[in-house]
Amino acid sequence: VTGQPREVDVLIVGAGPAGLAAGAELAAADAGRVEILEREQEAGGIPRHCHHGGFGGRLERSAYAWASAAGSAYARKGTTGPDFARRGVAAAVAAGAALRTGVTVTGWAGPRTVETTGPAGPEQITARAVILATGARERPRSARLIPGTRPPGVYTTGELQQAVHLYGLRIGTRAVVVGDEPVGHAAVATLRAAGVHVVAVVTDRTAPALRLRSPRVPLLTGTTVTELTGRERLSGVALRHHDGRTTTLRCDTVVLTGDFVPDHELARRGGIVLDPGTRGPAYDAAYRTSHPGVFAVGNLLHAVERAGYAAQEGRAVAVPVLHRLAGTEEAAGAGRRLVVDAPLRWIAPNVAGPDGARPVGDRFVLRTGRRLPRPLLVVSQDGRELHRQRLLSIAVPGRPFTLGAEWVDRVDPDGTDVRITAR
Amino acid sequence: VTVTLTTAGPLPPLDDAEATYDVVVVGAGVVGAAVARELARYRLRTALVDASDDIGNATSKANTAILHTGFDAVPGSLEARLVREGRDLLAAYAAEAGIPVERVGALLVAWDEDQLAALPGLRDKAERNGYHASRIIGADELRAREPHLGPGALGALDVPDESIICPWTTPLAFATQAVRAGVHLHLNCRVRDITPDADGHTLTTSRGPLRTRHLVNAAGLHADEIDRLLGHDVFTVTPRRGQLLVLDKLARPLVGLILLPVPGPAGKGVLVAPTVFGNVLLGPTAEDLDDKTATGSTADGIRLLREKGRRIVPGLLDEEVTAVYAGLRAATGQEDYRIQEYPGLRYVAVGGIRSTGLTASMAIGRHVMGLLTAVGLDPGEPHELPPLTMPNLGEAFPRPYRDAALIAADPAYGTLVCHCEQVTLGEIRDALTSTIPPHSPDGLRRRTRARGGRCQGFYCGAAVRALFEEERP
Repeated sequence: VTGQPREVDVLIVGAGPAGLAAGAELAAADAGRVEILEREQEAGGIPRHCHHGGFGGRLERSAYAWASAAGSAYARKGTTGPDFARRGVAAAVAAGAALRTGVTVTGWAGPRTVETTGPAGPEQITARAVILATGARERPRSARLIPGTRPPGVYTTGELQQAVHLYGLRIGTRAVVVGDEPVGHAAVATLRAAGVHVVAVVTDRTAPALRLRSPRVPLLTGTTVTELTGRERLSGVALRHHDGRTTTLRCDTVVLTGDFVPDHELARRGGIVLDPGTRGPAYDAAYRTSHPGVFAVGNLLHAVERAGYAAQEGRAVAVPVLHRLAGTEEAAGAGRRLVVDAPLRWIAPNVAGPDGARPVGDRFVLRTGRRLPRPLLVVSQDGRELHRQRLLSIAVPGRPFTLGAEWVDRVDPDGTDVRITAR
Repeated sequence: VTVTLTTAGPLPPLDDAEATYDVVVVGAGVVGAAVARELARYRLRTALVDASDDIGNATSKANTAILHTGFDAVPGSLEARLVREGRDLLAAYAAEAGIPVERVGALLVAWDEDQLAALPGLRDKAERNGYHASRIIGADELRAREPHLGPGALGALDVPDESIICPWTTPLAFATQAVRAGVHLHLNCRVRDITPDADGHTLTTSRGPLRTRHLVNAAGLHADEIDRLLGHDVFTVTPRRGQLLVLDKLARPLVGLILLPVPGPAGKGVLVAPTVFGNVLLGPTAEDLDDKTATGSTADGIRLLREKGRRIVPGLLDEEVTAVYAGLRAATGQEDYRIQEYPGLRYVAVGGIRSTGLTASMAIGRHVMGLLTAVGLDPGEPHELPPLTMPNLGEAFPRPYRDAALIAADPAYGTLVCHCEQVTLGEIRDALTSTIPPHSPDGLRRRTRARGGRCQGFYCGAAVRALFEEERP
């Protein structure tokens, strides 16, 4: 059962945008044997089944998803998900990374030793540095605690896109899409590609995040799903508006979109400390987790940012990993935790880096739990204010906003947690 | 022996005496399947019929999956005897057939003085039920055994032999063994009318007529309706809904054993139990309904379970919910099974098999066999059934994805399709070509665990459905 033991220099778990970019960068930097493990039969991660445009482009992911759904010419900027995935794979392989698909990491056998399985049998792989890039997924119906019967016809966007774009499966005739984040608009586009009539997009938000709408689809705001009905097949979605009105939309398909959570199981099985806000590993500007030699990148850390951002992190992890391999890594442990006060939900990175190291792009990424018009963000430690910054736009749930990093060298390594508050 | 399994079209013709079954069992839940397996040991023409498209597709698939000791049954009742006998029979059978069982033990936790005071009575009741291993433990020992328990627990009754079992593999194993031994299985076959005569019964079903000399009614929630078709008005099944939450596998370290409530005036309460799949179960609710199809969960039910769960093991609710489901128990308003033989009718009614049916199933099978003899069946000499090994779905037993020799022989057992539950292509193919194959993706899930994990199909749902549709378009 233990499998054949093997050793590599860098082991990357997950060949999505972040893992592939890390592999390409490290292999190009002669980091020794760089091995990327991907449990799916094909590498590339989520973009494999995102057929809308906008990957790697300059427009925001959300705008592209909308432009795609709308059939707009803008959608032709950037590239499609599958193309983005193919380019990421080609770059990693060309740089000399060993990319192994159909191989699953099933657990840990040591601090930097993982157990795997695949068609070639179980293995144990020990690495000098491990990079977790296991990504994020949408929460399913059960985790959202939506009551009712359990008929077929209930999807997440991820399953829907795979069913349509990778397997060509039949979906249904009438669909309700839950969630109006960009991914909801991508779901609308996929449903249309599959010939499904979209009855409505439903969101519990009162004001839509952006004035992005899928054309010809009613958007029901301030509305929650209270029940799914149907036996052999979904027959309807019961809704309640925040003013108390209730209704049932007749449909045979419902797509539950957004509400991403990091796929943190492997990290947790290894005892890696999580951030209570992101539910991904707590990490510093050098992408170091609580376990020496174990790094994390991509949407495992912050569910979710766009693919280009995840790839940027993949490239950025290369330098700290090379330091680790060379034995010139800066000491960890002094970094203070960054904690947010409600209504802020999380900040990433969420550990102050060593010696004032700054995160990628010199910015922290944040999320809020409720809409905040032009909030004042205040960073403090032990009652001492380190930084204040007025956001010039509106912070809304489900969408990233950023905080400058110029204050990080003012963090007292002997002080307590650093607090970030929005006023 | 050729396997006879039909799911559509007219039933095999009844043109001669040979086509008349000796026994028809109505209902392919865990009880009906156990009766059919018992009948399969004899040279009889037996049919097992069910209205749905799968074995164990109602109450049997949605319960708490506990193999009971029967310590808390009503002493002297038929249920008490059959649970006690059935437990030993099923524990032995499970070991032989590869049905996952883990003897984790149970604690009945007392949360107030009244419940604490009830524990000695429960221990005495266990003694009267022939169960002698239970003992009362204090708050300190309880805390040491279950460190994640919520504050305020005062003591517990320790019942070390309570076990958890796979509720899906069990009826499937019974039915598979029966079908391989020559029992006919007719699915999608709803019994609409029954006409008894001097020689037996003619059943009018949704798939045409069926002729039998003897009849067993194991129709679960619908047993009262079948009974009424024969002119009886003895019992009424009042479905009692139990909603349950399945928590993520990451919650499993929080719960060492089955945490049972102390029954009291406020009802039976909810339990927290590990599952053989490595999850944690929280439930059930107990709602008396009149709709036998009301297997939906409700916002109130989920809220209640979360409230109770938070008290029992507070950390539990920090973990994600993997599944929410509801099952209906066949309550009859009486505190015992309603098993009755009718010699004049060559008929045995098996009603009111409530939450303990899974545990008692094999003993009920034997008991019904005896009653069939009493109503005139001459079964002849029994023979041994060929042994059966079911695919293992349990976390505590070896699974294909870690089996180097198996993967070397067939790499499909190293090809993971469902990542959350580590289900391989080899296992899915085996299930799709098994003696009683699934007729829906949910049926495939109950045979393999595929797409039953935390992502509920985000990653593998489309792939699993494609494999299913390839095999059964």
